[in-house]
Parts: sequence; structure tokens; C-alpha cells
Amino acid sequence: MKIAVTSRGPEMTSDVDPRFGRAKWFVIVDTETGESEAIDNTSGVEAGSGAGVQAAARVAGSGVEYVLTGHCGPNAFRTLAAAGVKIITSVTGTVEEAVGKIKDGELSPTDAADVNGHWT
Amino acid sequence: MKVAIASGKGGTGKTTVATCLAHLLPAHGQPTTYVDCDVEEPNGHIFLGPRIERSENVSIPIPVIDHELCTNCGNCCEICRFNALACLPKKVMVFPSLCHGCGGCALVCPEGAITEMPRAIGVVERGSAGDLGFLQGRLAVGEALATPVVRAVKRAVPERGIVILDAPPGTSCPVVETIRGVDWVVMVTEPTPFGLNDLKLAVGAVRKLGLTTSIVINRSDVGDSGVEDYCKEEGLDVILKIPHSRTVAEAYARGEMPVLAVPGYADMLEKLADAVLTRMREAEKR
Repeated sequence: MKIAVTSRGPEMTSDVDPRFGRAKWFVIVDTETGESEAIDNTSGVEAGSGAGVQAAARVAGSGVEYVLTGHCGPNAFRTLAAAGVKIITSVTGTVEEAVGKIKDGELSPTDAADVNGHWT
Repeated sequence: MKVAIASGKGGTGKTTVATCLAHLLPAHGQPTTYVDCDVEEPNGHIFLGPRIERSENVSIPIPVIDHELCTNCGNCCEICRFNALACLPKKVMVFPSLCHGCGGCALVCPEGAITEMPRAIGVVERGSAGDLGFLQGRLAVGEALATPVVRAVKRAVPERGIVILDAPPGTSCPVVETIRGVDWVVMVTEPTPFGLNDLKLAVGAVRKLGLTTSIVINRSDVGDSGVEDYCKEEGLDVILKIPHSRTVAEAYARGEMPVLAVPGYADMLEKLADAVLTRMREAEKR
């Protein structure tokens, strides 16, 4: 299973970034092999509008099944849901710890955005 | 003759000056129209009390995807600067509220899968207040794109006579759209560090657009001398100083124009009206 964790840095030891669309990095982790890959999201951080939409399309394109983050707005939620990606919010700690929690079955997906959009 | 009343800082008295000036001009034998370009919060109507005769929708074109024709090539998402489209592995989604209506996506779609549908974001309203023509734009609640509404208002501006454009505060796109192409910009400012800071920004914008500007200092007897010093240094013409007055503030709070409610106010504003008329005659000579 592949998951994306929003992260402040590119490492497994980096802290989870509480923002989705404007997270600094996405760390993509394959929970079976333990392999990970970091995607730089500077374009999302600097986006004038639609950062959540852009990030959601990018993460969905990397073929993940889950997104682990702090908060997720309505546009990002709709986009991820349309792509069949499940969203888990309120995740804290490091990327490694977040991956451990989902493996242990401690986390469950949300069925709605947990914050309002910034533009609509 | 198009005159924009702008300010930089909000709350300096733009609308008070613009409505009072517009109110005085028809008596000089010039057909005059007051135009409220502060489409996010138009309030000139409160003071002028116009009768609205016509209302037209302002729309922007938003993309509609024909999923039968779409091959998911991603070109539309690549060109969109506003992230209003999401290209997912199996479909393309549109977010109308993020779309600026530029039409780029429809242009680059190789399959002709994108058509455009108008989405209303505001209205342009026309009417009159006595002898004065009245025009205003109104951005719909919850919408973010003021500039297309300002553009639509300006398209509706009459070619003849005097047009007084009441600009939004600030120096961003809706202000630039308002003052673009006018004959004269009158900046209403206040003698405070805040007024000065924002005046400098606004003067910068006006100069970049190659326009001439003059200054009205409102509440001229409070604050400090910073604004006047700046105007001297920059060679900016201070055409009117309006002293602070509680009765003006009281009239404003009741929704009344100081030219009607406050003795002596009309005499001050006539100086500004004269300046407009003089400039108009000079322009006609050229």
C-alpha cells in the first residue's frame, strides 16, 4: 500500500506538516517495502490560489491509496475523493510515526473536509 | 472627461468627495455621471439615493469538460495559473470558484473537449439621481474577482460629459482597472503616517500608468505635516484641503451628503468642481 504524508522536510524523521495544499513536502511511502520518496511541493507553497487542488492532483497522480495530513480543505477533499484517495486528518508527529500508526490500524479516514476553503 | 477619485488608504473620504463633486457638477451645465467602481462594497448609492433603471449580469466564462472527448492529456491543467482544473489519473475536474475566465484551457485543448459557460459574478446597475447619471458595479457575495466587474462598469460609462469614477481603496488590480485611461486622478488622503504610506503607493501606481494626479487632503487640520511635505517634494498639486469637522462625520453617519447637510461644505467642493471644469475646457482646446 502506498501512502502520502504531508511533511515539513524530505526525511522519514521530518515532522508531519499540518497543512495539505501548502505542505513543504509530500513523502510517499510504500508500507510493504518500506521505500520512500519525497516530492517537493514548493509550487503549492507559492500558489496564489488552488494549492489544495494542485496538491491533490499531484498526490493522486503518484498512485497513493491514503493521504495523511493535519487538515484538509473542501477543494482538496473533493479532488482526492474523486480520485479514490482516502484522507486521514489530525495526524501529528514524524512521518515515520504516522506510517507506524496507519500500519497498526490506529488511523481511520475522514468523510469530510475538516477546515474551510481560503478562497470560496 | 473622466476623473477618478482614488486614495490608497481606505476611509479617507473618497466616496464623500466623489458623491459631493458629482452632485455639484450638473448645475454647471455639464451632463455628469457618478460611477461606483468600488464593486466589493459600493456605497455611493447611500448618499445619492439613485433610482436604478437597469441591471445587467456580469459573467466570466468557465470551462465545461466533455468527458467523452477528453483524453486526459493534462494540457488544460498545465496552462491554468489558478489551479481551477485538477487533472486526475482518470478524469478532469473543474473548480469554477477558482477560475478567472481567461479561456486558456479551451484554447489548448487538442480534442475540443472544453466549451465555456457563463458564470455570473456580479451586476452592473444604471440609473439616475436627479440630473446626475448613476452607474455602479456590485460583486456578488462570496465572489473574489472584482476586476471583471469593474471592467464591465467601465464599458458602460458614457462617452460624453463628465464621469466621476469612485475607485476602490488600495492599489491592487480593481484600482488599476478603475483608473486606467482616465484623464485625471484626484487622490483623497489624510495627514497621517497611514495616509502618507498608502498615498505613496497610489501615486506610484498612477505614475506607472502615465496619469496625472492632484491631491485633496481631508481632515487637513489633524495629524502631521508628512503628506504636505511629500507633496512638495514630489511636485504634487494639493488642490483642496478640507478641515476636520464633526458635523461632516455626523452627516455621513446619517447617509447624507455634506454638500447638502453641512453649511460651507459646498463652497469648498465647488473649488474642486471648478478644477474639473477648467481641465475639461483645456482638454477641449487641445
